[in-house]
Amino acid sequence: MQLGSQTLALAYLGSAALFILGLKGLTHPASARRGNYYAIAGMALAVAATMLSPAVKSYAFIIAGGVTGAVIGTIVALRIKMTAMPQLVALLHSFVGLTATLVAIGTYLTHARAGAPGGVLMAELFAGSFIGTVTCTGSLVAFAKLQALITGRPLVFRGQHLINLLIALAILGLGADFVLHDRFASLLLLTLLALVLGVLLILPIGGADMPVVVSMLNSYSGWAAAATGFTLQNNLLIITGALVGFSGAILSYIMSRAMNRSIVSIILGGFGGGAAGPETAAAAAAGKGVKSAAVEDAVFLMGNAAKVIVVPGYGMAVAQAQHALKELMETLEAKGVSVKFAIHPVAGRMPGHMNVLLAEADVPYDHVFEMDEINPEFATADVALVVGANDVTNPAAKTQKSSPIYGMPILDVYKARHIFFIKRSMKPGYSGVENLLFYQDNCALIFGDAKHVCERMAVELKSL
Amino acid sequence: MTETMVALYVFVLACFVGYWVIWDVTPSLHTPLISLTNAISGIIVVGAVLVAGFGDEFTVELIGFVAVTLAAINIFGGFVVTQRMLAMFKKKK
Repeated sequence: MQLGSQTLALAYLGSAALFILGLKGLTHPASARRGNYYAIAGMALAVAATMLSPAVKSYAFIIAGGVTGAVIGTIVALRIKMTAMPQLVALLHSFVGLTATLVAIGTYLTHARAGAPGGVLMAELFAGSFIGTVTCTGSLVAFAKLQALITGRPLVFRGQHLINLLIALAILGLGADFVLHDRFASLLLLTLLALVLGVLLILPIGGADMPVVVSMLNSYSGWAAAATGFTLQNNLLIITGALVGFSGAILSYIMSRAMNRSIVSIILGGFGGGAAGPETAAAAAAGKGVKSAAVEDAVFLMGNAAKVIVVPGYGMAVAQAQHALKELMETLEAKGVSVKFAIHPVAGRMPGHMNVLLAEADVPYDHVFEMDEINPEFATADVALVVGANDVTNPAAKTQKSSPIYGMPILDVYKARHIFFIKRSMKPGYSGVENLLFYQDNCALIFGDAKHVCERMAVELKSL
Repeated sequence: MTETMVALYVFVLACFVGYWVIWDVTPSLHTPLISLTNAISGIIVVGAVLVAGFGDEFTVELIGFVAVTLAAINIFGGFVVTQRMLAMFKKKK
């Protein structure tokens, strides 16, 4: 059976509608699984229709590739730990990018055999190959950073932006040469340069800016798909690419807003991992010491509290403390204490990272609140327990104009009656700025591994 | 209107749809949103299938084979991991 072009177009239209419904499903956790099924149905429809299109003449390679990919993809997805989600996503983005490049080159070769491809098509092939390649190597660098294969610190060197600019100009020049003179070698050469550009673009961006990077590469992978759609004159690819591209762009915007930094400054990189600012000395000069507390102190106050707000951060993911925290939550609730979780938009290494980890630990999602929802509640909280977060709780963002994080929206932890910080050491957060909270009278630090401390808290609490 | 112009219309309108749909997504589901968009950007498999099924030249088909494999990893990996995550989001029992 072969589909006519009208039937094929109709099937693609159905797929596009299913994808939109799928994304729409993510409006609420209750409808989200149905959304995923819609998207799966859309994909199945699109693939089946394409297979039946008259343009497909042999099936061996398609089936071999499809089966190989299905097996690898499923196994990886079933085994991956939830804490490793950012890495997985980064790796998958690189695959989309590479696929876009391969499809662009492959499409050129198929057209070249049938005669000279037109100028518009060539320009689109150039765009597809360029965006795809940058997405691919950029995502691989992000993956390496997240997986700690290379340092998460920003790698900066002099003239970095100038070099990037020169490479970009060279790529444009080669692209023009390819389009105007139909020189295949130029396409290959510009693809090689794009490989380098992708690496250079992501290297200077530091670890805690990864939520933005992951979102941005998500966006790029969408634009790569859309560019491929233009080359193949396939509206489904164009629509899907636009949806994905915008999704990533909006997430990047939300993330950078939550850090009060412009997307441009994040892309240019170099932020974080620096020396502590001058306000550290100021705080030290004020002569206020930092208090440390024993687990028992915190347990006593939490056990007698009416309301406890837990603020998890990337440190919770590193220590795998989410299950211990859930245990602590249940123990507190058994004693009649209300427990809520407060999530800053950029907590963790990708958007929504903390929510997934808490969900994995069986924390009900109606206990988990976004920054704007929970901030008014800190004033009435008896205890705020900060687990592995730092910069996002620093009141310096509100009070110190000189601070690098000034203006960043924070969780109003400082308003709680008592504050406990579980920390490994006195090291400042990612921004390199010391947390002013530590010098507040009602704040105490509990030194230790987040997981062990939470476990001990739960045990102590049961015997209270 | 040329076909490229039609494609441009579709693209711009789809951008608007994307804009409105994505702003409605709840922040707690941003990670599944990324993995789901990742899975559906595997739709690029349509292009890969056309290259792999060209049926005339081995090099082209080999490029297509690699492209189909990568896209399939994305599709299956993306959907399965999204499913796994969404299954964990529960209300209080």
